[in-house]
Amino acid sequence: MLRVENLRKRYRTGDEALKNVSFSVPAGEVVGLIGPSGAGKSTLIRCINRLVEPTDGNVFLNDLNVTRLGRNDLKQARRRIGMIFQEYALVERLSVMENVLSGRLGYVSFWQSFTRRFPQADIDKAFALLDRVGLTDHADKRADALSGGQRQRVGIARALEQDPELLLVDEPTASLDPKTSRQIMRLICEICAERNLPAIINIHDVVLAQSFVDRIIGLRAGEVVFDGAPDALTEDVLSRIYGEEDWAVLRRQHDSDESDDAADPKKPVEERLVELV
Amino acid sequence: MTSSSVASPVAGRPWRKRPFIVNARLRWSLYLGSLLYLVLAISSVSVNWSRVWEGLDRGWRFVEGFLVPDFASRWGDIVIGMQESLTMTLTSTVVGILISVPIGIGAARNIAPAPVYAVCRSIIALSRSFQEIIVAILFVAMFGFGPLAGFLTLSFATIGFLSKLLAEDIEDIDEAQAEAVRATGGGWWQIVNYAIQPQVMPRLIGLSLYRLDINFRESAVIGIVGAGGIGATLNTAIDRYEYDTAGAILIIIILIVMVSEYSSGYVRKWVQ
Repeated sequence: MLRVENLRKRYRTGDEALKNVSFSVPAGEVVGLIGPSGAGKSTLIRCINRLVEPTDGNVFLNDLNVTRLGRNDLKQARRRIGMIFQEYALVERLSVMENVLSGRLGYVSFWQSFTRRFPQADIDKAFALLDRVGLTDHADKRADALSGGQRQRVGIARALEQDPELLLVDEPTASLDPKTSRQIMRLICEICAERNLPAIINIHDVVLAQSFVDRIIGLRAGEVVFDGAPDALTEDVLSRIYGEEDWAVLRRQHDSDESDDAADPKKPVEERLVELV
Repeated sequence: MTSSSVASPVAGRPWRKRPFIVNARLRWSLYLGSLLYLVLAISSVSVNWSRVWEGLDRGWRFVEGFLVPDFASRWGDIVIGMQESLTMTLTSTVVGILISVPIGIGAARNIAPAPVYAVCRSIIALSRSFQEIIVAILFVAMFGFGPLAGFLTLSFATIGFLSKLLAEDIEDIDEAQAEAVRATGGGWWQIVNYAIQPQVMPRLIGLSLYRLDINFRESAVIGIVGAGGIGATLNTAIDRYEYDTAGAILIIIILIVMVSEYSSGYVRKWVQ
């Protein structure tokens, strides 16, 4: 459960990236955060784990007020928040396994992480996750030897290795082709359902968001201008978020996409995972 | 957008790259000013042509010595000088790297706190502001003739070189990777070890090998001011007008530099 209250962020340049943003996300709900570039989507999710320091307001993770924590407590809190990045943000010269295990850094001592001697339980978990995302055979490959979709799945495994209570996802599909994008979105949503994890997904692709997430929040110039079910995203609402445009084209595209995808959910999970590899 | 429209209303409009200095008068006066200064500067260099003529003769004797190098008559001195130089080079490079890495990390603005940054940057500035020979003269005065002064000089010079380039490489890293490690709850040391070290390691290794190379060449130079090594041997040979021995020494130096150049290129490719 995540609760954001009156969150404000003003950058030193004077730009007001967030103006009084409030919402809450119950366990297991996947929220798509949409809005034009510069609306503050990235800032918003980075304020939640304080990679960006909010100017004012509160962020509650269950009952913990993240915005009031000191440095060490903040590190402890970050362990509980998994993050998945645009362009994957894997450490490219480290192996896939090291990248996944880096999700445990907050739990082990510096010496353990420096010598790469992680507790067996962490290693077991990492292998199980690599198996879950279909990358078991790639554990010892260098991260930069993988394709885009594979890298993002390593990113997902790294976030889950933390045993997070919340997932923050920043443009997970921005550099992926349409098919891989859908697979990655589906994987994220399935995992959230399995673990009853709340998630916030920043996403540019409205159609993709609508077909996977449970709820959509529309951000414009640092303000929430829409908060509701994906179906409630009418052309009026889209114009409110993004400005005037001919949304009918998007609608038609959406409809044909839906029928494309209709067969997919019926496939058994194993078969879909095979597709991912 | 079905076909390219040919009759554009602005057809025939010329385009040229804008000059870097847009103001034409300023641009041309800068060009002319630089040219004038260059002419004046060159004409102010006084050349004693008769001395140059004599020097050609001496230079030719040097070249002759080079063409018939004499490895034999001073072989013992050459071996001792080489041993000193190589020892000096290796020890000073290793010590220099060990000191440079923490200073380089401290001098990277994106990961070091402001006071640490200021201190480390001043150490680098201090080390870089003195040329090796000047430092060598100082250390020879302090610790006497011999390879200890040379070792200290080269270690000191290595710090300025390596820390600065390492710090700049750290400042150029892909921040997203560091952000991702920070987001997992990792501490500062873990971020350095997991996100920064893998990104800068290949360049650090390459620079270290390059510095090993430089230190060897510098060891020949600082020997001339008394800091031991092959430079001292070379200096003695030239002082005695034994250009054939000097030629032999130069050939050995060139060979060693070539070997280290070739092998460091190989290692650099391998660590990428």
